[in-house]
Order: sequence, then C-alpha cells, then structure tokens
Amino acid sequence: MTLVLHLVALFLLLTLMLGFVRIWRGPTAADRMLASQLFGTTGVALLLVLAEAQQMPSLRDVALILAVLAVFSVAAFVTRVVRIESARSDRHAVKGNGDD
Amino acid sequence: MIEWLLPVVQVLLLVSGCIFFALGTLGLFRFDDTLCRIHALTKIDNLGLGLITLALLMMTPSLASSLKTLLIWWVALAASATSAHLVARAVRMHERPMQQRERCDD
Repeated sequence: MTLVLHLVALFLLLTLMLGFVRIWRGPTAADRMLASQLFGTTGVALLLVLAEAQQMPSLRDVALILAVLAVFSVAAFVTRVVRIESARSDRHAVKGNGDD
Repeated sequence: MIEWLLPVVQVLLLVSGCIFFALGTLGLFRFDDTLCRIHALTKIDNLGLGLITLALLMMTPSLASSLKTLLIWWVALAASATSAHLVARAVRMHERPMQQRERCDD
C-alpha cells in the first residue's frame, strides 16, 4: 500500500508540472493565479498522501496551511492587482491595472 | 472478506482520484478561455481531492487524524470555491467593465 501511495504522490507531482506550463504561457494574470489555485488543491492532496505514505502526521498541518494560504494569495491578487473593489467605482482602474 | 476488500476499494478510490486530478489539470492546460479553466479546475480537481481523502480516511490510525483530514478537506473545498468566485469576478470585470458594473451594483 505504501508503494501505491508513493506512486499516487509521484503522479500528483507530475500533474503539478502542467500547472507550471500554464504559469509560463498564461495570457492574463488571472490565468497565472489559477495555477496557484491548482497548487492549493493538488498540493493539499499530495501532502495528505505523503503524510500517510511516510508516516509523518505533521504533513497534515502543512496541507492545512497550504489550503489557507492559497485562498489568501488569490484574495490578495483580486484586491491588489485587479482591484475589483475600486473597479466598481472607477472602471478605468481595471483597464490600467489588469494587464500587468 | 473485509481484509482484502478494503485495500481494493482504497486503490480504486486513489486511482480514480488521480484520474480526476489529471483531467482537471488537462482542462487547465487545454481550455482556451479563463472561465472554462476555472470551471475545469474547481470542479474536477475537488472531486479528485474528495476521492483521495475518502481513500486516506480508511487508513488513518486514529479518530483524531481522521477528523483532521476531514477538516483539511473542508477547508480546501471552501478555499477553492472562494478563490474560483474571486478570479471569475476579476476576469469578468476586466473583460466587460460596464456590464459588470451594472450587474454588481445590485
């Protein structure tokens, strides 16, 4: 069963590699942030599998922190880079800040 | 019977979770539109996470670690749904600011 868990962890790592391709190619900043969300979901699964495979229960804490930090990074992105709140009052702010 | 049935179910759940993760990441890789990518990523990847969590729940040694795994799963679901909504809203505001302004001021 440990071998199966390690294979699953390896497979999840390989799917994370495709996320790097999306960061590299992604035409807009929102696409690149989607890869952060991918790292949140897949990273949590990867850490949970590794916690069971290597008998390291502390990796579950890492998974919990990663899940919380992923949503914080996306929240910081939409409020600081795209500025959805100020875009409600001034739509020119979106045009100026959305492309970088 | 339960001795050999449990590992089989675990391996099946793990493999199907991996398949869903692969499909979700393939959707992120192949789809043309940002909203389509959000759709693939949020739905399919969380289904894969649920299946893998279910498989791991069967092998956790104690009740405390099972509850912790369930908590992590729940936090990951809430985080994924929240960030999908935020990114989708940012994309729509960026693409069509005027229409989005009317929709948002309700």
